[in-house]
This record gives sequence, C-alpha cells and structure tokens, in this order.
Amino acid sequence: MMEEKYIISDYCIIRNNRIVLNGEVVYTGNEGSPGEFFTAAYRYFNITYAKFFKMDNLCKLGFLASELLLRGKNIGEVYPGDKVGILLSNAGSSIDTDRNHQKSISKSDEYFPSPSVFVYTLANIVIGEICIRHKLFGESFFMIEKEFDAKRLYEQVKQWLDEEIVRCCITGWVEIDNDRYEAVMYFIQKTPDLEEGIAIFGPEKLTDIYLLGK
Amino acid sequence: MEALIAKLKNEIIEVLNLTEMAPESIDENEPLFVEGLGLDSIDALELIVLLERNYGLKIATAEEGKTVLKSVRSMAEFIKKNNKG
Repeated sequence: MMEEKYIISDYCIIRNNRIVLNGEVVYTGNEGSPGEFFTAAYRYFNITYAKFFKMDNLCKLGFLASELLLRGKNIGEVYPGDKVGILLSNAGSSIDTDRNHQKSISKSDEYFPSPSVFVYTLANIVIGEICIRHKLFGESFFMIEKEFDAKRLYEQVKQWLDEEIVRCCITGWVEIDNDRYEAVMYFIQKTPDLEEGIAIFGPEKLTDIYLLGK
Repeated sequence: MEALIAKLKNEIIEVLNLTEMAPESIDENEPLFVEGLGLDSIDALELIVLLERNYGLKIATAEEGKTVLKSVRSMAEFIKKNNKG
C-alpha cells in the first residue's frame, strides 16, 4: 500500500502591502491603511462578496488570503464540506477590533456599542467567514500563540489528516494590530490526490515559507 | 419625508458598510431583510442602534421592530411620527 504523504499545495503571504501567491508577487499596493489595502486588493482580484465590506480587518485579511489560496479550486466540489479543516493562529487574537469596540463604550454618555463591530471581537470569526464563503463545516480551531509556531500547526493538521478527520486543511497565521498586519496561509492536501505541490508538508517548510520576504 | 428618506439611506449605507451601494440604488419601498438589501440579524441590531443614536428613538417590542424595520420608508415614517427633535 502506498504511503500517503501530505503536501503544501499552495500558500499565500500578505504583508507590507504585497501579496505573494505560491512564490509569485501577484499584487503590490501603496494604500495608506491596512483596510484600504485589503479593499484595493479585493477589487483588483475582482472578488464579488458583498459581506467583505462588513468584515473587520482581521477577517478581511484572512478572507483575502483564503480567496487567493483557494482560487479556481472549487473546494466545495472537490472535497465534502465536512472534510476540509481550518487551523489558524495569531498572537493578538481580535485585539484590533477589541480596541474599536472599547472606543464605542468608553464614554458613559455616548454608550452606543456597534453590534456589527462587537460580533468580530473573537479571533475565530475569521474561520467562520471562510467557512460561510465556501460552505465548509469540518474541524476548525484558532490558536493564540506568542509567535508563529510551525511545529504546533504541523502537529495538529497532521493529526487531523492521519485520523482522517479531514482530507485537506487550510492553516496558517493571520495577525493584525493597527497598521501591522501579516497573513501566511497554506493549503495542505494528501498525495497522490494532486499531481504537484509546492513542497512536502513539514514544520521546516512551513517556517521557510513564513520567513519569505519577512 | 423624501429628504428624510434620502438622509436615512446615507446613514444605512454608512452604518452597515454598504460601501458598494449608491443611495439611489436603494428602493425605499423594498423589504430590507431577506429580499431587497438582504440584511441579517446583526444589521437589524445596527439599525436599532442607528434609530436610538441619531434620532433618540427606541423600538419597544419585537413586533414593533418588524413593522418599523420593514423598509426605509417604514423607518422614515416611524422617525417622523415619533421624533421630538
């Protein structure tokens, strides 16, 4: 019986007003704020999903990375929705939106918390947005880590794949805090389902890709 | 009433982040939810906050909410009838 291996079939890096997809720079912008950059990229790639504009910046960033990562893959048709896992991580959780929410409730005489801001005061909402977009309902998990931890990502995704809880997985790092943002997202699949991939799935390769252009 | 409807459309676009939408493309008589703008429950909460913050108006019951938030016109009628400002 052929031993199954797992591959990084695609990756997407978004940081410093630049988007890299599988090693190729696919978009560079000079927009002032992260939100403006994400919106400009959204328009550049002709993505049509009205809910994008309602998302907070963490979700916009994660959504944008996943859109490019899964572009043209018809993931909902290739895999059953309950067999696609998502494991994401960051250091600041939803701190960027938490601050916005805090501002809206800081004055007792102007106490008007915004429901549409409040719903994003959880980091794992970004996973929910990706799941809604692609009708995915497999295993998912959002980890808060001090820093990018390739070993933790690898071990958890490998376990899901080994135990056939999922057949493929979106994983990576999605972080934003004020003007500082960074998304590095990977799509992990089993071979020989795919003819070719970027690399064999392993913590060293995840780290190598994470460090590209950093 | 028409000026209020126009103002309300701009406020709705702003609070609901419907930045791709022009005010004139919103039909004030169309349902706001499911059909029409296709708004959801979070948007409903946002519209309730809008009425309170911008017009000092509170919706008393869920039933009243259904009537008031039916369309832009029904929101404007509610404001016109109850706004003391």
